[in-house]
Amino acid sequence: MASFSGTKINPKRFHISQWKFLAILIPVAIFMGLPILYIFNHAFKPLAELFEWPPRFFVAQPTWNNFIELFEVTSTTGIPMTRYLFNSVLIAIITVFASIIIGSLAGFALSKLEFRFKKTMLFANNIAIMFVGAAVSIPRYLVVENLGLIDTLWVHILPGLAIPVGLFLIKQFIDQIPKELIEAARLDGATNFEIYWHIILPLIKPALATIAIVAFQSVWNNTEISTLYINDESLKTFAFYMATLTTTGNAVAGQGMAAAAALIMFIPNLVIFIILQRNVMNTMIHSGIKE
Amino acid sequence: MSTKSMRITNLRKQEGTNGLWFVAPYFLAFLAFITIPVIMGMLLSFTYFNLLDAPSFIGFSNYIAIFTSDSSFMQQIIPNTITFAIFVGPIGYMLGFFLAWLLAQIPHKLRTFLTLVIYSPSMTAGIAMAVMWRIIFSGDEAGYLNSLLLSLNLIDQPIQWLTNPDYLMTIMIIVTLWNSMGIGFLAMLAGVLNINPELFEAAYVDGMSSKLQEIFYITIPSMKPQMLFGAVMSLVATFNAGSIGVLLSGQNPTPQNAGQLIVTHIDDFGFIRFDMGYAAALSVVLLLLVYLFSQVAYKLFGDHD
Repeated sequence: MASFSGTKINPKRFHISQWKFLAILIPVAIFMGLPILYIFNHAFKPLAELFEWPPRFFVAQPTWNNFIELFEVTSTTGIPMTRYLFNSVLIAIITVFASIIIGSLAGFALSKLEFRFKKTMLFANNIAIMFVGAAVSIPRYLVVENLGLIDTLWVHILPGLAIPVGLFLIKQFIDQIPKELIEAARLDGATNFEIYWHIILPLIKPALATIAIVAFQSVWNNTEISTLYINDESLKTFAFYMATLTTTGNAVAGQGMAAAAALIMFIPNLVIFIILQRNVMNTMIHSGIKE
Repeated sequence: MSTKSMRITNLRKQEGTNGLWFVAPYFLAFLAFITIPVIMGMLLSFTYFNLLDAPSFIGFSNYIAIFTSDSSFMQQIIPNTITFAIFVGPIGYMLGFFLAWLLAQIPHKLRTFLTLVIYSPSMTAGIAMAVMWRIIFSGDEAGYLNSLLLSLNLIDQPIQWLTNPDYLMTIMIIVTLWNSMGIGFLAMLAGVLNINPELFEAAYVDGMSSKLQEIFYITIPSMKPQMLFGAVMSLVATFNAGSIGVLLSGQNPTPQNAGQLIVTHIDDFGFIRFDMGYAAALSVVLLLLVYLFSQVAYKLFGDHD
């Protein structure tokens, strides 16, 4: 079976026959990685290199100046940049934890408990996976206004709590937990909440990690909420602020700061994903949609 | 009735009330920010509404206007949206599957690293990168792309990449494809890796001889659920990415409507011209379009048995 071992999926070690896969993958990875590498380099360029002609890709004399300038700068409305960053961090932490708790509670019930409207809710959620948020920003505005959420921190958090694809993944993951485990705990007198807390939560950590990433990305990168629902400058987010860096005022002079800001936007995403990537892949095994 | 069976019936009752409590927080948020906005959008689409006066019912006028008197919609928005959607949707999706399949053929450590590199652009949602792209595609000779092409003597003078209608759509597609290897791509990778290796062994014993056969007869059929998940994700991502043209060119509407898609057309009418009823009708058309395409995906990859 010599020919077969060379074509195996998930091979244990490198074999020379794998060159043809790498011949495609490596150029693709370079294409994908270059713009990212570019931000890293651009963010550390001193002023002279930012405007050097012809422009150079790699930084020659790295400096923290762009970051220092970014932290010291105050927006035209008098709000310091650190305020935007603080808002973003606070909003991201609350949203991630709240969406994990809310999603796992609902996922547990939809997978393991029987109650009225369960089928309807599952159906609605599965349809909502295809939901395009941008399509309903106007009626959403009316809901937000009627709930009195305009110009509050809540408007950053509440709309991001129900993540249909997150609930879907958690439920699929909990479906893998055998019913017997839950029946046994129930006969020992455990309440549903105890079962959720002591049995389900420890077992579904990979799924929770995945939801954390999805929730974090959508809230950390969001500019729409600050643009549409917030008038009070001190309640806007870092992502929004970064958008204003190059669109208003002197776009050219701001590009060093913009690159530094882009790096600050990107790094948390990257770090979180690297820490949690094994969990994500475990969750994705159960991601399949079966009718 | 024995005590045990009584206890079980008691538990069942308790379950009935409890279950709803568990789902309540999620579905309250779901109702408020997904269900109600969708229903309101549908209702508003039959009205004229400018945010100041109460909405007034005007029947199907908005829909009729979309398809008869909104000349830019039929001549530019729809063709643009279709071009954009075909390249970013099906082509991006096939690319995602192909990359996932390739990654599954190499050893673990190397795969983890390359996966990270290919996935990382999808973490840089819209705005952070749009700022960078504007520098790369900057219209003067100091722009990175212009400078590169000038030094290679491929062009004589700098090109206004982002404000020139001839290039905007192409750049939008490339940029969106670049950051489209997201959660669906990871799902497909997990799907390929999770296929039982004995299936391949058996097929080779039965005389399967090429990689292509392997993909179509073993790989794809064994991971249909993940293929469907990936398809739905790429569909949603395609229509959500609609504002990239506005982000890149910094204008809504984009220069000569070259990068105008349904999503940005909605924002144009909703938040710039304050014709909420008309924007809502466009939203309904968009949601129907997404639903329609998803049904095609379900037809292709759904398990009907």
